[in-house]
Amino acid sequence: MIEVKNIKKSFAGVGVLKGISAVFEKGKVNMIIGQSGSGKTVFLKSIMGLIEPDDGEISFDGRIWHLLSDKEKAGIRREMGVVFQGNALFDSMTIEQNVSFPLRMFTRKSPKEIKERVDEVLEQVGLPGVQNKLPSELSGGQQKRVAIARAIVMYPKYLFADEPNSGLDPKTAIRIDDLLMTLTKQYDTTTLVNTHDMNSIMEIGEKIILLKNGHKAWEGSRDEIFHSDNKDLNDFVFSSDLYRQMKELFLKYQAEK
Amino acid sequence: MLKPVLKFIETVGEYFLLLKKTLTKPQNNKIFWEHYLREIDDIGLKTVGLISFISFFIGGVVVIQTALNLENPLIDPSLIGFAAKQSVILEFSPTLSSVILAGIVGSYIASTIGTMRITEQIDALDVMGINSANYLILPKILAAVTFYPFLIGMSMFLGVLGGWVAGVVTGLVGTQDYLEGIRIGFDPFHFTYSTIKTVVFAFLIATIPSFFGYRVRGGALEVGRAGTQAVIWTSVMIVFWNYVITQLLLS
Repeated sequence: MIEVKNIKKSFAGVGVLKGISAVFEKGKVNMIIGQSGSGKTVFLKSIMGLIEPDDGEISFDGRIWHLLSDKEKAGIRREMGVVFQGNALFDSMTIEQNVSFPLRMFTRKSPKEIKERVDEVLEQVGLPGVQNKLPSELSGGQQKRVAIARAIVMYPKYLFADEPNSGLDPKTAIRIDDLLMTLTKQYDTTTLVNTHDMNSIMEIGEKIILLKNGHKAWEGSRDEIFHSDNKDLNDFVFSSDLYRQMKELFLKYQAEK
Repeated sequence: MLKPVLKFIETVGEYFLLLKKTLTKPQNNKIFWEHYLREIDDIGLKTVGLISFISFFIGGVVVIQTALNLENPLIDPSLIGFAAKQSVILEFSPTLSSVILAGIVGSYIASTIGTMRITEQIDALDVMGINSANYLILPKILAAVTFYPFLIGMSMFLGVLGGWVAGVVTGLVGTQDYLEGIRIGFDPFHFTYSTIKTVVFAFLIATIPSFFGYRVRGGALEVGRAGTQAVIWTSVMIVFWNYVITQLLLS
């Protein structure tokens, strides 16, 4: 579980996060949604420890980040798996070297054990046989799956994904969503996904937080989205005609039922 | 007026903070040495051809120009060899080659690290608990300071050799005179002086471009700018430290 209390962050005097609190549960896909510029990425990077908040508290299963020593922080970082928006695969390394990198860096596993684990995770993400390729030889969707494989190779307790579907076609995006959901259950991770992809929200968002102008504007589950009269939520989620009509049909169907 | 000065001091401070973060024990020795060998290839071996070519011809040009400026028959022709040796060993090889390396290697280092920064590869290292500065920059520093003295040594040899070839081919100086010239006033400390300069320059070539690459924010345009800034500042610092070291060691 990750608990965030009253996180604030400003850049050059401009407030980006203005006191956000939230609890992200273990074994669930927790989604952070909001328009571009709402502070989603800064919020996620603050939780990942890449940006230091000006104020507030972040705890990982009771371990309060800012009270930890560098060694303890490094220990928590090794429990994190991160899927970056641009994948962040190391260009000069093969897929096998990319995925095995955390294992080679931090464990004393033998080359055989490392290879077995790499093969296993690549199998899990549906990419067997790409071990010797370079990231540039794979499609965007395949690269994303390699990034997910690298994120889970150390059996993470916390899995972060920053806009995992950006730039992907709808079919591949659904596949990535399914993968994130499956891995969250399989590894029992506390998963945080940053997105503004409506399909993802409806498909895998078990707990959702809406950010607007650096504030938490709404919090709930995907089932509650249809019943909420929160203006910010409705403006964001049902901004398109298609989703507005879907909501009307859904509510009508429920009323008739 | 005060603002640019403060900005400069701040930037220098950031450079030293990055060095502090970089100059620590590697987290994984095996990966560090693998990385070191890769850097020897990337920033060392790949420059051998160009440095050899330039050194050989610079040596030749030094001999031709010296010979053409010493037409007085009272001046011993062996002085041409002496002048070529002194110029190549004391200045051309360590300093000119380092400025050339600042251009080739400096832009390469700044652009690779800068690209890693903007594509979040450095964030990926940080979030894994890896000291990204140490992982990326320390092998480059070690590769440069261990390999460049050999590279510059080779450059000195080729410069002197190029001078001899040019002298003989053009008929401006004979082999006997040239060889005698390069033996005159031989001082082993000159090699020590050049090696010290080379090690300092190698450190600058590895660290200044790394600094500019590491702090890139933005996109491709900023990476390009960082490459240019890296080459400019590395060259400026080489010239500056060349003066300081010469003043300290030779005067």
